Amino acid sequence: MRHLIDITDLELTEIDGLLDLADDMIAHRERYADSQRGRILGTLFFEPSTRTRLSFESAMLTMGGNVLGFASADSSSTAKGESLQDTIRTVSCYCDIIAMRHPKEGAPVAASLCSDVPIINAGDGGHNHPTQTLTDLMTIRREMGRLDSLTIGLCGDLKFGRTVHSLISAMSRYPNVRFVMISPPELRVPEYLTEMLRAKNIEFCEVEQMESVLPELDILYMTRVQRERFFNEADYVRLKDTYVLTPEKLRLADSRLRVMHPLPRVNEISSKVDSDPRAVYFTQVRNGRYVRMALITRLLEVCE
Amino acid sequence: MNIDSIRRGIVLDHIEAGRSMEIYQALGLESLPCSVAIIRNVKSQAMGKKDILKIDDDIDIDLDVLGYLDPGITVNIIEDGRIREKKHLALPERLTNVIRCRNPRCITTTESSLDQVFRLVNPAGRVYRCVYCDAER
Repeated sequence: MRHLIDITDLELTEIDGLLDLADDMIAHRERYADSQRGRILGTLFFEPSTRTRLSFESAMLTMGGNVLGFASADSSSTAKGESLQDTIRTVSCYCDIIAMRHPKEGAPVAASLCSDVPIINAGDGGHNHPTQTLTDLMTIRREMGRLDSLTIGLCGDLKFGRTVHSLISAMSRYPNVRFVMISPPELRVPEYLTEMLRAKNIEFCEVEQMESVLPELDILYMTRVQRERFFNEADYVRLKDTYVLTPEKLRLADSRLRVMHPLPRVNEISSKVDSDPRAVYFTQVRNGRYVRMALITRLLEVCE
Repeated sequence: MNIDSIRRGIVLDHIEAGRSMEIYQALGLESLPCSVAIIRNVKSQAMGKKDILKIDDDIDIDLDVLGYLDPGITVNIIEDGRIREKKHLALPERLTNVIRCRNPRCITTTESSLDQVFRLVNPAGRVYRCVYCDAER
């Protein structure tokens, strides 16, 4: 049995295989319409999320499977004081695979220790979000035609942004990738990631200004400053509007640049950018559904 | 100063001077019914000064705790008044329930039944990382 807790649980060849399968699912959706009939996906969302939960549910339903689960901890036995591991032991009796989101970091590891079915980490606090990363990798590969030799700009909340952490871990495994990290000093990438980049001799720089680095980027990955990650409301208010991407700023960038965002956005990308062909964040959403279909399929194959 | 030699038991040698009480407490030696000698500031050629602990019984020592606290310690197993085995410690690759995660967002803060597990990521810097949340200690 395999779980997906961290994107580095997957070998690069496995990622390639997943992205190939997801591409095929887009091209030949009808071939997969009944591929998961009779199987059940449990979606355990101890922390609210519309997009990721619906994406998982849509993925399973598209393949003819069924879904069950809850959308917040309030509507589960967690509200009665049940432990996470007891919830997982129980739910793994009802379904064939589990996608879970939890506000505590490392919760999916704890779940995987006691589950009888594969666990997919659908986000654990500010820590990891591997299926968003698969979505991001799929989008980069489809848009740029490759995953190596790219300059990736990451902008906004790089401290608590789990999508950023997972993306750095994943992209750092491909050759000739360079990172440009754009954030205020308070929201810089955690040290364990910069240490990992240094240890692997991967080029990166940390800057506070977006404008000066825009011309050199292949990918600009924007993130939202998330209120729920701050203990202190004053810090959130002070930092939330630090970076806003506008059509004026985008004029500084190359025509081959692609602008990505894990969504939801608040105001960090002006809606006027949406019509720019370089904005691919809604394409990312579509890709997310297909790459989750591919992931569910592969993890369930291992169980057979 | 004379300390009786032991017939059967354990001698923890090469303890960094001044740390023997910490080791004594971490290993829970205060609860043993047998004699335990804490010898401090013993002259040492290699270390200048060192501490030694002599335990007058062959007990199970948690080598992970010991290796984490002071990997320079030598564990001598004594039988019939002689050293039967000499163990040299190293920083353990994995620590279970030796240290606790300090990350307030870690699942171990709310899931009390979980073991506190860390893996060694940087031996030179003695850095361990929580297997759940990746926070370092």
